[in-house]
This record gives sequence, structure tokens and C-alpha cells, in this order.
Amino acid sequence: MMQQHLPLLPVIFPLIIGTLLLLPPIANSLMRQRSVTLLASLVIIALGIWMIQVAHLEGIQLYFLGDWKPPFGILLVLDRTSALMVLLTSLLTLGALLYATGGDDNTGMHFYPLFMFQVAGVNGAFLTGDLFNLFVFFEVLLMASYSLLIHGGGKQRTQAAMHYVVLNLVGSAFFLFALGILYGTLGTLNMADMAARVHHLNPDELALVKTGGLLLLVVFGLKSALLPLQFWLPRTYSAASAPVAALFAIMTKVGIYSILRVHTLIFGPEAGELANLIQPWLWPLSLLTLAIGAVGALASPSLRMLAANLVIISVGTLLIAAAIATPQAIGAALYYLVHSTLVAAALFLLADAIGEQRGKPGDRFVAARRVQQPILLGTAFFVAALSVAGMPPFSGFIGKLMLLQAAGQTSLIASWVWPAILISSLAAIIALSRAGTSLFWRVNNRGNISAEVKPLPLLKLSGIWFLLACSPLMVIFAGSITEYTQLAAEQLFDIQTTLDLILQQGDK
Amino acid sequence: MEALFAFSIGLLTASGVFLTLRGRTFPVAVGITLLSYAVNLFLFSSGRLTINGAAVLGASEVYTDPVPQALVLTAIVIGFAMTAFLLILAMRSRADLGNDHVDGRLPIEPEEKKK
Repeated sequence: MMQQHLPLLPVIFPLIIGTLLLLPPIANSLMRQRSVTLLASLVIIALGIWMIQVAHLEGIQLYFLGDWKPPFGILLVLDRTSALMVLLTSLLTLGALLYATGGDDNTGMHFYPLFMFQVAGVNGAFLTGDLFNLFVFFEVLLMASYSLLIHGGGKQRTQAAMHYVVLNLVGSAFFLFALGILYGTLGTLNMADMAARVHHLNPDELALVKTGGLLLLVVFGLKSALLPLQFWLPRTYSAASAPVAALFAIMTKVGIYSILRVHTLIFGPEAGELANLIQPWLWPLSLLTLAIGAVGALASPSLRMLAANLVIISVGTLLIAAAIATPQAIGAALYYLVHSTLVAAALFLLADAIGEQRGKPGDRFVAARRVQQPILLGTAFFVAALSVAGMPPFSGFIGKLMLLQAAGQTSLIASWVWPAILISSLAAIIALSRAGTSLFWRVNNRGNISAEVKPLPLLKLSGIWFLLACSPLMVIFAGSITEYTQLAAEQLFDIQTTLDLILQQGDK
Repeated sequence: MEALFAFSIGLLTASGVFLTLRGRTFPVAVGITLLSYAVNLFLFSSGRLTINGAAVLGASEVYTDPVPQALVLTAIVIGFAMTAFLLILAMRSRADLGNDHVDGRLPIEPEEKKK
């Protein structure tokens, strides 16, 4: 009975919890808010695991809202990829929330409700099978993210929020233009139905559909920080408070996921004249994104900025996989996506924790007083750095190795992709070792360790270690995870089965 | 009618883009508003323009596509909320940063640079 409604639960449950958090019995005390949100995030993780199990064993699940059959109603699609993304979001949420309960949540009002609304928006964007519904969920998650970004206030945040909000509003306008074009030509907004209809286009409408598809790439590129549209990211992510920045690590992935979903399903290899519409654009742009991320990482003045630039590197790496567009590459990319999101989030949390203990210089790479818990934080930083840079024995190594293998199928692709990924990894190693040496070893003894700096609360620490622990766990269970991601990628490319499943449901 | 409609959308978009690229927050907010008007009209036209057509079957001789109307309604609501948020944010940034430039600081004039 419950399983029938499973695809809707990860969307509706955080929405309900978010609303409950605004109502008196819970809203009155921070303690209650904390415990309810933590419990809720545990429930969402359970939902994520359940979804993975159902998607893996029983195949694609469809959910028709209001029982309106496709292609007319809005539907949610639960397949292996979307289940994986929902589980990833829930893990990230728990890590960020654990850190937030350590004291970042009382700088303003309604932190937890906003957090839950953002989770609902992100999960909705992953699960929806309707393009306009995707726009609506984008707006839900953006609205929450605007408020979360300036949560706590301060000059830097207002400044960053202004850019972020204006850019995303223009992005939303572009999204609507693209939707208008696609609806006007294809006559439907259901993604599966659109994929079926691109084959029967009038030749004179081809250019319009192409425009719509490429406009969508601009929109998703803005969300995922593809090269000419990535300049907002470092400042925004480094201005946000630590748990918010950690949650934002999933936001770029929403863009990448949308590119994977929309452009493989509608404009994928089977789309007739529009087949592989974005590949010629994605190739140079993803390689350049990688390059600019590496340059940015080398030039970063603080650990947060470095973490933000490492996010851009991971975006570049993932989009290269999207450009290669073989099931093998996408399978590797899904593994790398999970790893990079969790570790980037851990790095943002860590940057905040280190900054707090170094006094006024914060997490900038200058000499400052010694951190109070050098072994605890140092080990965490070491693990995170090795994992991000892609060194064995952590998950980044496996992810990058699989990507390189997938790129090695043809020598032409390999000759571009291998140097790009390897050099960017080298840049990451250099930047991270510089960061580690300045943060932990360049100590001036003038400022003695004062008693006023408290050691890190246990909850904050557990948030960091929870996210970091996923990295070695992903290595230990690499066999089953890669098997799953490969199957997920094959399912993503098996367009005909998906179409038959969704559109036949409508005929019943 | 189509030409007039297309011309208005084009004009609104062009003005919206121009104003969005300005350096102060107020023109940017107005620009975004114009852009969202243009988008709403454009979405409306994606179901083709029909005169004297109801969105309900059987209520008139010709009928018009109801989906774009539903889409426009959603887009209007979202656009309205976002504009309100942007205005509040602009006021907040004026108060926090002491000026109304989108970068939060006034650009340095060329003469001052020389000094």
C-alpha cells in the first residue's frame, strides 16, 4: 500500500515536516526543531534506501499525480538514477544538519523549515518526469536557497546573494522561454512524450526545437556552473554558512542530473535529426570548465574558496562524462558524482571548523595561531584532501580511474580527456597541500591558544566525520555500488523501454 | 495580430535585457520584471493565438489550448514572488552595503584611479 506512493514520499515528507516546524509546538524551541529535523532526515535516508531497493529489484516505478495518465498529467518517475540521487541528498542532509545543530542554526529564524523545503525541492527535481514540473521544483529549491544563503546576514552574504538571485531569476526566465518554444513545437511537456515526438517533427520546426534544447542547456549550465556561467559559484559558496554551503554541494548536481536526464532522453542518441544535440557544445565547455576550476583552485586565498573551486573541477569532470555519453562513462560519472558531492560538503564543513579555531584570520591561507585540535581536524583534512584529489585508497581514486577507463575507449577522446583530468587532479593536489601546510603548520606564536576558543562540539564533529566516512565506505562497497551505477546508466540510455512503459500506461 | 504580439514580446525582452545589464539594483529589478512579462506573454502564445476561443470544450465554436494558460498562471505567481523577494533583497543590500550597486561597491571612476 505504502509502496504505491513511494515516489511521492521524499517530496511530500520534507514539505510536511517543514510546515510542522513553522507551527507552535515545535517552532517555540530550537531544541525541538533540531530533534524533529534530525529524526526527519533519518526517515528520509530510510526512504532513500527503500527507493534504491525498489528501483533496483522491481524496475521503474511511475506515480501519476491525481491519477491523470500521461501524456496529460504530471508524473513522477522513480528509476535507479533518481533513487540514487535521492539517497545522496538525504545523506548530505543528515551531515549538514548534524553540523548545523552545533550552533549555526541560531543566527536567524526558520533555518530548519527552509532546509526541509530545499530538500523537498531537490528531491522533486530528481523525481519528476515532466519538464514544467521540473521548472516548478527548481523554483522551490531556489527560493529556499536564496533565503538560506543570506541566513545569518552580513555584508558578504548580501553581496553574494544579490548576484545569485539576479542570475537565477534570469535563468528562470530562460527556462520559461525554452519551455514555451518546446511546448509550441512538440505540443507536450511530458519528457517521455517529448522524446517520442521529436521523431515526427516538421522540418521547418527543427531549428526551433534545437533552440529550445540549447536554451535548456544554458539554464542547466547556469545551475551546474558550466564554464561561461560559473563565475557566481565561488563567491556564493564561500559566503554561505557552512551547513548551507554543504547542502549547496548538491545544487550543481541538480543541473548535471537535469542535463543527463533531459538531453539523453529527449535529445539523446535516438532523437533522429536532433541526436546528440549538445555534444559539440559540451566537449569544449566541459574541458574549459575543468581548466578554469584548476586555475581557480591554485589561486584560492582561503579554504572555502578552494573547496568552491574544487566543486567546479568536479562539475567539469562530470560534464566530460556527459559529453562522452556512453553508458560506461555515465556509470562512472554517477559513482564520481556521489563521491564528489559528499566530500565537497565535508570540506566546506571542515573549512568552517578550522576557521573558527584559528581566530581572526579564519580559513585564509596566512599564518595564524595554532588550531586547538590539530590531530582531529588535521586527520579529517588529510582524508578529505586525498579523497578529493583522487589518491588511493579513497573513493576519488576509483571514480576518476573508472572515468579514465571509460574515456580510453577511443584514442581521440583519451588524448583530450586524460590530460585534462590528470592535470586538474595535479592542480588540486598542489592547492590542497599548500592549504594544509598553511592552515596547520604556519603558526605564529604571538597569539597563544586562548581559553576562549572552545573545542569543536561533538555534533559538528560527527557531521564532518559522517560525510567523510562515506569515502572509505564507497571504496569497501565499490563492487556493488559500481554495479548499481552501471545498471542505472544503462537504464538511462535504454530510452525505448522507458518510453514504452510510460506511454503505454497512458493508453490503458 | 501575430506581428504586433511578437513585436511587443521582442520589445519587452530587449528592454528587460538592457535594464538587467545595468549596474544599479533598481533598473535590474525593473529589467527582471519586464523580462518576466515578456516570458509570460511568450508562454501564452505557445498554444497559438486564438480569438473568441474558450479554454473549455463546447463553450464556444473554436477552443483554445488550456495548458499554456495554466503554465502562465504558475509562471506569474512564481515571477511575482521572486520579484518581491528581489526588491526586499535590494533594499537590504542598500542598507547593509551603503550603496545600490549590484556589486555592493561603486566602481572606481577613471580620474580617481589616476591619482
